[in-house]
Amino acid sequence: MDSLTFDLARSSLRELNAFLHDRPTERGVNKVVVLHPDGAHNIAVGLDCPVEVEIVGHAGYYAGGMNKAARITVTGSAGTGVAENMMSGRVHVKGFASNGAGASMHGGLLVIDGDAGLRCGISLKGGDIVVGGSVGSFSAFMAQAGRMVICGDAGDALGDSLYEAVLYVKGRIKSLGADARIEPMSETDYATVAALLDAAGMRHDAGIQHDPRDFKRVASARSLYHWNADADQEY
Amino acid sequence: MCGIVGLLVKKPALRPRLGELMVPMLVGMTERGPDSAGLAVFTEPLADNERKISLYSGLTEEGADFNWLGLGHALKAHLGIAAQIQAQGNHAILTFGIAPEPVKRWIREHHPRLHILSTGRAIDLYKDIGTPAEVAARYGFDTLAGSHLVGHTRMATESAVTPDRAHPFTAGEDFCLVHNGSLSNPYGVRRMLEPHGIRFETDNDTEAACRFLEWRLREGDDLESALQKGFEALDGFYTFLMGTVDKLALIRDPFACKPAVVAETDDYVAIASEFRSLAHLPDIGHATVFEPAPEEMYVWTA
Repeated sequence: MDSLTFDLARSSLRELNAFLHDRPTERGVNKVVVLHPDGAHNIAVGLDCPVEVEIVGHAGYYAGGMNKAARITVTGSAGTGVAENMMSGRVHVKGFASNGAGASMHGGLLVIDGDAGLRCGISLKGGDIVVGGSVGSFSAFMAQAGRMVICGDAGDALGDSLYEAVLYVKGRIKSLGADARIEPMSETDYATVAALLDAAGMRHDAGIQHDPRDFKRVASARSLYHWNADADQEY
Repeated sequence: MCGIVGLLVKKPALRPRLGELMVPMLVGMTERGPDSAGLAVFTEPLADNERKISLYSGLTEEGADFNWLGLGHALKAHLGIAAQIQAQGNHAILTFGIAPEPVKRWIREHHPRLHILSTGRAIDLYKDIGTPAEVAARYGFDTLAGSHLVGHTRMATESAVTPDRAHPFTAGEDFCLVHNGSLSNPYGVRRMLEPHGIRFETDNDTEAACRFLEWRLREGDDLESALQKGFEALDGFYTFLMGTVDKLALIRDPFACKPAVVAETDDYVAIASEFRSLAHLPDIGHATVFEPAPEEMYVWTA
């Protein structure tokens, strides 16, 4: 029994998640396929073993949230908060992702082939996010560590109040948030973008070829790190 | 929370099935809105000189035993009109061949607790407290026919759980609005509208948005300009879905605080707060599914 299928049209989400929480890999189940997700919330949340999960269709809120070690694929789109608070492992959304994708992630890799909604990577604390499309406004707000690669455009206030996370954007940035600035790309940055695109399978994928040399680096100017009485609350 | 649903069928052959296709969408939004539900369905419009009004008797003493036949006789005696009455329990649709104002004035005077839900040539409106499944069964939502509809499941946050505070809200003729979210300046909007002679029926924040937009339309704005003024005047969290005689329109606040998903095929455009409500539509596997962007206007014509 290497692979197992759960049809959410027939079994409950609770059964699926209880099975996934019970360390299936230690019992020889390395892959779980989830049919008819039909937008259900909390699919494959809180996993803690290197199982592979394939969600065939559209997932609801918080899919793959708090993931540790598992490799989770959503073949359709994902609702609010996909992979929020992921610790390690990988979550791959083949469609689009709604608001708050990868919010508060600590580690692992989140790949979104399509667009991501608003607040993607908000409060990122580590790990990497690669978005094949564009991200909405307020993405990477207060992102503390980790990296984001955005192959499309970014909305308003990208990287507002950034700490040490670094963002790479290929397309147009509608506006930068307070304290975020565009910095020159170094050889290390080019290598980082190339490695992340490779990890996401996007460097030579589906006829679209992204060249690391087309990306801009956005990082913190660190002017908000210390209180500045002269700024008069104007940032 | 709250859930919104909208459905517009592109092929006339699907119009008789509008209600049947929509009920699972509405029931799918039960977790987002378990306390009340409602919907406005837009039918083939009546002739230019005819109007229909939807009435709710649940707030009267007689409730579901309201004497609709007696109402018809009284209207004939007082106003000399032969109104057609299609009644079901606490709900009735009154159709007549004169301007609606005298009829509505007479009803307000003689039956102050009879709630006028909607007025127009195409709109029929139903709303009540209860779970979406209960409300749908109470009014036979699955048998409704029409070109498009707007539905809502409510989890009340800004005003009490009563039938008149359920959505959709209407203003003027053939216009309705449902809302997921909460407005932060409804009283400012009301204070601005009241000097224009606009009357409010509840203390609900959504009613302010509904009357603001209908006021702009009545002042001559097209739907797009009215919505643009809505972005400027209305503050708070919202996904609004609106219905007019031949259109569905959707807007989301600039922060996209409240969700919406759209699925479109050659047969229909379906809108819901979450994909859960779209998952069971026919041919959904081949639908174009997308999330409407904040501060953009989406308008579909029936």
